[in-house]
Amino acid sequence: MAAMVDDGPAVPQNPPVAVRSSAAHRGLTMALAAMRLGPLMILLLLVAVLSVASDVFLSFENVGNVLKQSAVVCVLALGQLLVILTRGIDLSVGATLSLSAVVGAIVWRDQGSATLAIVAALATGSLVGVINGVIYVKGRLPHPFIPTLAMLSAASGLALLLAHNETIQGAPPIVNTIGTGRISWIPGGGDIGWFPVATLVVIGIALLVTLVTRGLVWGRWIYAVGGNPEAALRTGIPVASVLMSVYVVSGLLAGAAALLTMGKGNAGSPTSGALAELDAIAAVIIGGASFLGGRGTVLNAITGALVIAVMRNGLNLLGIEPSWQYIATGAVIVIAVELDVIRGRLESRFRSLQAVSGS
Amino acid sequence: MTAPSSAVLQVREACKRFDAVVALDGVSLDVDAGEVLALLGDNGAGKSTLIKAISGVHHLDSGTILLDGMDITAANAMTARALGIETVYQDLALFDNLKPAANFFAGRELAGPTWLPRGLRFMQRRTMADRTRELLDRLQVNLPDLDAEVALMSGGQRQAVAVARAVAFSSKLVILDEPTAALGLRESGRVLDLVRRLKDDGVAVILISHSMDHVMAVADRAVVMRRGRTVGETVPTAENHAQIVAWIVGATGGRAV
Repeated sequence: MAAMVDDGPAVPQNPPVAVRSSAAHRGLTMALAAMRLGPLMILLLLVAVLSVASDVFLSFENVGNVLKQSAVVCVLALGQLLVILTRGIDLSVGATLSLSAVVGAIVWRDQGSATLAIVAALATGSLVGVINGVIYVKGRLPHPFIPTLAMLSAASGLALLLAHNETIQGAPPIVNTIGTGRISWIPGGGDIGWFPVATLVVIGIALLVTLVTRGLVWGRWIYAVGGNPEAALRTGIPVASVLMSVYVVSGLLAGAAALLTMGKGNAGSPTSGALAELDAIAAVIIGGASFLGGRGTVLNAITGALVIAVMRNGLNLLGIEPSWQYIATGAVIVIAVELDVIRGRLESRFRSLQAVSGS
Repeated sequence: MTAPSSAVLQVREACKRFDAVVALDGVSLDVDAGEVLALLGDNGAGKSTLIKAISGVHHLDSGTILLDGMDITAANAMTARALGIETVYQDLALFDNLKPAANFFAGRELAGPTWLPRGLRFMQRRTMADRTRELLDRLQVNLPDLDAEVALMSGGQRQAVAVARAVAFSSKLVILDEPTAALGLRESGRVLDLVRRLKDDGVAVILISHSMDHVMAVADRAVVMRRGRTVGETVPTAENHAQIVAWIVGATGGRAV
């Protein structure tokens, strides 16, 4: 108790401060909660505005289209989410998608086996992820930006090389079903159905990723590595393996997205994934995951991907020039990142309030 | 030197140099169970190097470190933790994005089934949360909300989480590096209470602090380091204050220990 030196006046002053701070405390708590729901609100607002502005927006057919169009970005965003959670970035997923699609289409053309083609596409994606992870972690590079940028270039080149600069026509029927099929037993779309099979795939993958992030020790380690890499090392978390694992998953999911893309076009095109990495990254950020790592959920990634898809669809329906879609996406990204910054500020306000109120 | 038999930790003739700089120059030190040893000294005196050697982050060039008589000189950080040495670093090493329970069990999550590789096991969230609550209760650490991320806690609460984590898993020795440096009066008081409770539980504590008030409040013994050597040892009391400060700044020759 030698700590109790002549700082006496601090004690009598405390009660009024504490009273004021509890109101501020509540306000901040609410602001932080609202911030977490922000992206979902943006999505609901978009949907509300578009359903008023356009007659067809909420039709089964159009909703089905939006879901189908968002599927590829959803799958890529789920992989990107894990990477971003570890403070990383995977710029190569678009090129990986192209390469996987080309490999899958070539195997289908030459071997005629659906199983082999699917395995080949998924394996190609995973292999790219392994290479990304090994170069980043074992090469002790300061940031994954460079190795995955290099991979973007290399994988695009390899895809073009393998495909001789041409689209390879044809895809296994099962892949076509996954890419373009509709489920007829969900009511609303008549005999053909409106609910895309691709969305079922997205839901399945989203559940798996949720299991990893919320249920498994591996998922906890992903958050820990993103939250404080140095502390993760000191607490004995296998940081190198965790980092590598997220790039492998991101690659594997790029392979899965390649199957969806192949199915949509009944072909493997060496440019089919071009720029898809930007949508994937944008989706994660727009959805509310923190670019600084350690914060974000599957719901964030999916919400972000849907915001992008709904925005594009809406602008299309309203007959607005496609160029505006990109500008709008850019604006939403800035808003999302700014929200993340504001959240950080609010948190530090919250902390000092906690200290003042002495709880 | 103190009798080796009762000491939990024994450091003998520890030497460590970084290129031309001699960080530790034959340091010997004992800490008993239930004893709080204050490690004092100016910046660069070698305190940090010494505790990093004990916690397995650095390896000594020569000398030995014994924990309960067992040679742990070559142990790495993981092994040292597994053997019951916990270190609370100045930066706390907390995961701001995680809740207290997740911070407690980081790297040693309770999960099963055990035949799966560690990373693929399912976390036992409920058990971890319950254990965390029990422990915080036992240590009388009051956190407003165990469901809140650590990022939302005040400096004192964060410090309490870090110290409590060390307490939870240390069976033998807790090393605290400047645990009150960033804290206000009341928050410092709470951390010092935790240190006393550790002592009551029979854990050995090494406390590094620049605050003589805090050292006098909790430490049983103070060892002063200067230029990689121990230059003085005494019971930290108000009467000895001047002597300790003199050892720290090197004003008197001091008596070698």
